[in-house]
Amino acid sequence: MAIEAPAQSPGSPTPAGSTFEDAGRSFQARPKPTRVVSAKTTVRERLVEIWRARELLIYLVRTEIKVKYKNSFLGLVWSMISPAMTLAVYTVVFGYFLKNGIPNFVIFLFSGLLLWNFFQTGVLTSTGVIVNNAGLVKKVSFPREILALAAIGSAGVFLFFQAIVMVIFMLALQVAPAWPLLWLLAVAFVPTVVLSAGLGILLASVNVYMRDTQHLVTVLVGAAWFWACPIVYSFQEAVATKLQVHHVEWLYFANPLTPIVMTFQRVLYNRPGLVRLTTPAHVYKRLLPSWPATTYLWADAAVLGVALLLFYVAMVVFGRLADNFAEEL
Amino acid sequence: MGSTSVSIETVSKRFRLHSEKYNSLKEKIIHIGRAPYTDLWALRDVAFEVKEGETLGILGRNGSGKSTLLKCICGVLQPTSGRVVVQGKLAGLLELGAGFQQELSGRENIYLNGSMLGFSKRDVDRMFDDIVEFAELSQFIDNQVKFYSSGMYIRLGFAVAVNVDPDVLVIDEVLAVGDERFQRKCIERVKQFQRDGRTILFVSHSADLVRSICDRAVVLSDGVVVGSGTGGEAVRMFREHLLEAGDVLALREEAPLPAEPETAPQGDADLVVPEHLASAPRDEGRPVRLGTATVVLATAAERPYLVPGESLTLRVPYESSRPVPGAVFQLDILGDESRLIFRTDTEALGVPIDLPAGSGTVEFELQGVPMSDGAYDVGLGVQTAQGLSDWREPACRFEVMNPGRSSGMVAIPVRTVVTGPDGPVAGGGPA
Repeated sequence: MAIEAPAQSPGSPTPAGSTFEDAGRSFQARPKPTRVVSAKTTVRERLVEIWRARELLIYLVRTEIKVKYKNSFLGLVWSMISPAMTLAVYTVVFGYFLKNGIPNFVIFLFSGLLLWNFFQTGVLTSTGVIVNNAGLVKKVSFPREILALAAIGSAGVFLFFQAIVMVIFMLALQVAPAWPLLWLLAVAFVPTVVLSAGLGILLASVNVYMRDTQHLVTVLVGAAWFWACPIVYSFQEAVATKLQVHHVEWLYFANPLTPIVMTFQRVLYNRPGLVRLTTPAHVYKRLLPSWPATTYLWADAAVLGVALLLFYVAMVVFGRLADNFAEEL
Repeated sequence: MGSTSVSIETVSKRFRLHSEKYNSLKEKIIHIGRAPYTDLWALRDVAFEVKEGETLGILGRNGSGKSTLLKCICGVLQPTSGRVVVQGKLAGLLELGAGFQQELSGRENIYLNGSMLGFSKRDVDRMFDDIVEFAELSQFIDNQVKFYSSGMYIRLGFAVAVNVDPDVLVIDEVLAVGDERFQRKCIERVKQFQRDGRTILFVSHSADLVRSICDRAVVLSDGVVVGSGTGGEAVRMFREHLLEAGDVLALREEAPLPAEPETAPQGDADLVVPEHLASAPRDEGRPVRLGTATVVLATAAERPYLVPGESLTLRVPYESSRPVPGAVFQLDILGDESRLIFRTDTEALGVPIDLPAGSGTVEFELQGVPMSDGAYDVGLGVQTAQGLSDWREPACRFEVMNPGRSSGMVAIPVRTVVTGPDGPVAGGGPA
């Protein structure tokens, strides 16, 4: 991989024949970065290189979004229409047909789904990203991790549009978030980004050598992991008591997304106490744990730690495997 | 000049060739630990330096590792061992338009491609107009690239790479694209780069281009540098290497003389008659037959090719089954694609021949061959009053190599004198 580092000395004196040099093209004088292409590079060097290519990352994210909605009449509006439609359907389904009694269930559902969609889209897209961009990887030199990061980045853009839809629904249903805890959203979001980036980078490189990865990930993440997160159901209501009996509550939190999803629900759904169900029985139930903000903070910080570790491992693995990408594709 | 711009430090690259490729988990498990492979060393301890402002050519046959080397320099491939150090920004033209997104417009692609080559938006902003102008796409720049013709696509790719202001430009046989006018423009731009004092690495099949553009060239063969020198010198080494490898001359072994020339063959199957010659009527037979022609070089001991201006002798044995009055021996020299370069015969040369029966040889001494680089086929024939008796094409082949930097079909010694207001300014050439 190539690394750039500032050169010790600027360019050499002007060579003969420079009288032909264009005006304003005095490239001789500018500092020249040194680039080393060799077999082994450290994670730190790779990170520096990714940082240098940050502008490319922005272009790639922009490209992906532009390409997705090119030649479609409504363009980016689609990224808001589809979650809005989904939410509208859920409102009808859970409000009238599959009544579970949770008031404003659609907000509860979507506060978890918002984050989940980001994670799933990011990880699934980045898994295939090296294989799908074989032409680029074989012919152009740039830090390949950027491709996976761009997939996460564009998932982030869609998250933004879904968040707008979420706000609209919250306004319409008159659900207020926990204003003093709003900062927890950022605290929960950072580990999610690191986690998806780490997982995305890891899977993207493995997928080059084992194309099964793509399908495996679709199943594991799309189905298994989704249901391991308290998105459609409430942790407090559906899982906590059963796990507490066997003292294995911690097992559920081995899923790093659990605390994050619950943070989002705490802030956006904002009903930490007993909730009176709208079913005819009018039972009171606890949907969210009555943790203080610091518990959420520490839980998310722990996730961040795990995510950073995963990210590091992913960078090491990717660095090893990236050597032969151009040959394997 | 002086400081090193690109330094290739004992770079080796191994490719592991799996005779069977197992990409799925199931296959990997089934074949675990026994996936058959062979190692191929595409590059072995390649080491050389390119000085700043130098134009270096890389010559080699297909499969000699030159593209692998360029990919290592560009950073697309990582060397198995060794390293490449590049000072400054490098723009690689491994494939024109490789980073283009079909759905985006030309304008958007310029920025995307520029940032892929490692240039900031500000850099590209500054160069944008130059790029569009160079690519001659001003009216299509906001169209989606997928609607571009292949020529437009390539022009845009080249324009981006050469206009974003790289310190080092790496070109892999891409100048051979586009129409002739755009090719000339590309070469012009490459020369402008040279005048700017930028470093260029250049891979081409065209020995002529390497000679005329490059200051220096290295010759790669089977992943090893077998020689390096000035453009012309390297081209010579490259050709010599090809000769050693038996790639050029051994291509066409001449069929041996028929064992019994007297028994004229019943059919004309072995006789490919050129259009300008009429075959002798079958019943007349073909009394004169030619044998295997040889090329005699005065310098054969040192080198197996000619330098423009040197002399050459073509010798061909013949057998005549009966006395043939008025026999005419003919000579064709053919260039690429069998294009006729020179034709003569003994009649035209004013040499009347009354051939006795029996065998002998004919020698054509070509005094001062003016041709430039290339391999030339020789066609030899013999004609009697009844028509063509035998025709061999190609009877033999010779090579000319031009050590100078001029290019083209012929090599003309040129003497230059430049006069200014105060008398001679510069001059040179043969006296």
